[in-house]
Amino acid sequence: MQLNQLTISQAKEGLKAKKFSALEITQDCLGKIKSDNPKINAFLTVCVKEALLQAKKADKQISKNIDDKQALLGIPIAIKDIFCTQGIKTTAGSKVLADYVPVYDATTVKRLKEAGAIILGKTNLDAWAHGSSGENSDFGPTKNPVNQDYVPGGSSSGSAACVASQMALAATGSDTGGSIRLPASFCGVVGLKPTYGRVSRYGVISMASSFDTIGCFGKEVKDTAILLKVMAGSDGFDATAPDLPVPDYPKNLEKSLKGLKIGLPQEYFSQGLDSKVKERINQIAKSFEKQGAQVIEVSLPHTKYALAAYYIIQPSEVSSNLARYDGLRFGADRSFFGPEAKRRIMLGTYTLSSGYYDAYYLKAMKVRTLIKKDFDEVFQKVDLLLTPVSPTLPFKIGEKTQDPLQMYLSDIYTVTANLAGIPGLSVPAGLVDGLTVGFQLLGPQFAEEKLLQVAYQYEKNQ
Amino acid sequence: MKNKIKLTTEEVKHVAKLANLDLTDQEVNQFQEQLSEVLDYVEILKEVSTDKVEPTSQVTSLENVLREDEPGDSLSQKDVLSGAKKTHEGRFQIKRILNND
Repeated sequence: MQLNQLTISQAKEGLKAKKFSALEITQDCLGKIKSDNPKINAFLTVCVKEALLQAKKADKQISKNIDDKQALLGIPIAIKDIFCTQGIKTTAGSKVLADYVPVYDATTVKRLKEAGAIILGKTNLDAWAHGSSGENSDFGPTKNPVNQDYVPGGSSSGSAACVASQMALAATGSDTGGSIRLPASFCGVVGLKPTYGRVSRYGVISMASSFDTIGCFGKEVKDTAILLKVMAGSDGFDATAPDLPVPDYPKNLEKSLKGLKIGLPQEYFSQGLDSKVKERINQIAKSFEKQGAQVIEVSLPHTKYALAAYYIIQPSEVSSNLARYDGLRFGADRSFFGPEAKRRIMLGTYTLSSGYYDAYYLKAMKVRTLIKKDFDEVFQKVDLLLTPVSPTLPFKIGEKTQDPLQMYLSDIYTVTANLAGIPGLSVPAGLVDGLTVGFQLLGPQFAEEKLLQVAYQYEKNQ
Repeated sequence: MKNKIKLTTEEVKHVAKLANLDLTDQEVNQFQEQLSEVLDYVEILKEVSTDKVEPTSQVTSLENVLREDEPGDSLSQKDVLSGAKKTHEGRFQIKRILNND
């Protein structure tokens, strides 16, 4: 077995038992990147020298003794290229930042490094995280490793694709409207979008600040639990990350589904949903019932307004966040923005402009209240919700690039979690027509532990 | 029949000016069409009665998150200037932005 195929848990066990070294795992990952990345385009920057150096350091540490406080000691991972990394180029997938080298680490990067993780490199994304397919990267699209004619989903396209194709053991991502969950579903890996504020946003280049959520990708549920435990918690640099205790997610995974109430929101199964995806999600519901959970139909009546509210608020916040890129202190000037960034800046500037603010932005923020209230009420009745991640299977490269609205509709089942600030988990549900499909679990704010427990039980029974 | 929203070329150019973006004529035409389509789609929100609804601008209900006003570590001048194309005596050097004429 090639060591790049290991999960984090397997690698940790093997390192502890001295079956192999961190250097060997890292070399296997770098070998896989060298052979496959020219086809997949998952990495924008590969840090060969630094990764090997870090691996040797980790091995030295391991030879002394494994410190349980370092949950990721010797584990090679990839970082979405929207997380600032000190001394390593950080582009956000945009030519505006083609030569930008941050002088500090994002809080999450700092925490992952302190936990002993080895950074293999920075992964491709839709520029500024604007996109559902990975095709909006200014450095070329990432290909879906399952079938290279298809998109891997976006915006965390490279992170999902590099984990799916075994180039890295795990990766970080950011999710503003589905950017972790959609590519996880399209590539067949686990993708976790935590509660808004559970993980610090400091040092992650801002897209839409009231939605931006930091999370991760893993080959299995437990790996995302391990990563979340390292990344979560309050941070003096992000006032929106509350000072709440961080549960021991990986330790608490084992819990029976008996007595659990899972809701199927009927609005997520109506017209527009691919019938084969629908059938697969219904099978998943049945498997939860077999494991002792109660599955009931519920309603989130304002669902049909979610995407419209999202595509007002999000571009508004984007236009404000991208206003700072003037090329004066770092980066290139505004003529370097790609078409999608320009489109969103234009849309957001319009909806915030004098005379339109009330009709668009304020109205959308009020609808957001109603969507959040729908979730608050439904979680009085059920513990979790089970839904599709995307209304369709992965689509072909080029299929939707000329029609922005069709592309935006890919996010219809994922934006709701960002509007309400609740956690969402995308879990692989096998193949349909040779392409991967995932299911989504949604829970109340700060219910990550429950989402992970339920997904873990599902995974164990496969 | 519902009236389709259609931005004018002038509106698109005005928004581009507000956003400090230089658009080509082709981009103006393209955005005129695409933004109109998205604005038409979001018209659906007019169906929702929101008269007595408060807007939500943040979701976790945190209030007044403060810290002690104590100075901590900060970046060095050299680090701060490391991404600048041009510097002058430890400062950013940029093109003139105001004209005297």
